Amino acid sequence: MNALRIIRLTVWACIGVLTVALGYLLLAPQPDTGSGVASIGGPFRLAASDGTVVESEKLKGRPFAIFFGFTNCPDVCPTSMLEVTNDLVALGDKAKDFRVYFVTVDPARDDLKLLKEYTASFDPRIIGLVPKDEAELAAIAKAYRVIYRKVETPTSYTMDHTATIYLMDAKGAFSGTLDTKETPAIRQAKLKRLIDKS
Amino acid sequence: MTTSSFLRASALLAFTTLVLPAFAHDYKIGALKIEHPWTRATPGGAKVGGGFMKITNTGVETDRLISGSAEVAKALEIHEMKMEGSTMKMRALDKGLEIKPGETVELKPGGYHVMFLDLQAPIKDGERRKGQLVFEKAGKVDVEYKVEARGAAASSDHSGHGAHDAHGKKAP
Ligand SMILES: [Cu+2]
Repeated sequence: MNALRIIRLTVWACIGVLTVALGYLLLAPQPDTGSGVASIGGPFRLAASDGTVVESEKLKGRPFAIFFGFTNCPDVCPTSMLEVTNDLVALGDKAKDFRVYFVTVDPARDDLKLLKEYTASFDPRIIGLVPKDEAELAAIAKAYRVIYRKVETPTSYTMDHTATIYLMDAKGAFSGTLDTKETPAIRQAKLKRLIDKS
Repeated sequence: MTTSSFLRASALLAFTTLVLPAFAHDYKIGALKIEHPWTRATPGGAKVGGGFMKITNTGVETDRLISGSAEVAKALEIHEMKMEGSTMKMRALDKGLEIKPGETVELKPGGYHVMFLDLQAPIKDGERRKGQLVFEKAGKVDVEYKVEARGAAASSDHSGHGAHDAHGKKAP
C-alpha cells in the first residue's frame, strides 16, 4: 500500500463520514428545542370582555383562535376581526361553540369596558381579553411567541405587534394560522377542519 | 396661467367630467392635486381612523404633507404602516410625506395614511367627514373624506383596479 493510496482512502473515508453526518442533519427528526411551532401556546387566565374569566385549562375540548391587537390600531386589527366575523357568520352553527380571543397588547388604554364596546362591532363569538398588568401580558405574549412594542408618535403612541391569528386545537395545541391574505374559502376550510377534528 | 397648463387643466377637467363617477372629488392647492380623500367606518370604541387619498405634484418643487386636522379627531398625524414578516409596524413620518415633482403618492390601507387620533365619535359608513391638510409649500386645503364600509380596501369611487374590494366587507 503506497502513500498515494492511503491518502485517497483517507479522503474517501472523510467524504463518507461527512455524507452520513449531513444526511443525519437533513433527515433526522428535529428534537423539540422549544423554538418550533409545536411550542406556540400555553396556559393563561385572563379577564374577558363578556364579564367572565377565560382560563385555557377550561378550554380543553374546544378549539379556539387567538389574536393579539389593540383598539388604537387603524387597519390590521379591525380588518382581521371583520374578516373573522365574516368567516364565523359563513360557518354559522357549525362554529357556534367556537371562540376567537382578541388579547389587547395595550391594556393601559384598552380596558374591559372599551373592549366590550369594540368587540360588539364584530361577531359575538369574538371575545376581548385584557391582561391585568404588564406581567400578565408578557406571559401570554411569550407563550404565543408574540412580539409587541410601544412606539411613541408626536401626540400619542402606537404598538408594533404580531398580527397573526393562531388556531389552537381541542387539546390547546397550536394547529395553524389564519392569514388575512388568504381567501375566505381557505380560511373557512381551515376553521371547519379545526372544528371537525375536535 | 400658461397655455400648456391651461390646456392641461382643461384636459383634466374634461377627463374628470367624462370619466370619473359622480362621487369623485378632487382638490387643487398650488401645484398639488388631491384625489378622492376617503376613510373607513370605525368599530365601536376605536379612537383612531385612517385617511387615504392620492396626491400628485404637478409642479417643479418637492412638497410635503406635514400636518392637518379632521372633524371629530383631536389630532392628526402623518403615518406609514408596514408589515415586517408577521409584525405590524406603524411610524409617524417626522418630516412629513414627501411628494416629488411629477410624482403621485397614494395613501392607502396598509401603507401611508393620515391618522385620525383621539376620535370623539365613531366614523360611520356613508358619512362625509371634513378635514384640512397642510402642505409645507402649497399651504392649507380643506377636503372632505368619503366614508367607506369597515375593512374597505379601496374606495368605491376608484374605477378600475380594486373595484371589487370597494364595497368593503360585510359585517352584521
Ligand atoms: Cu397610523
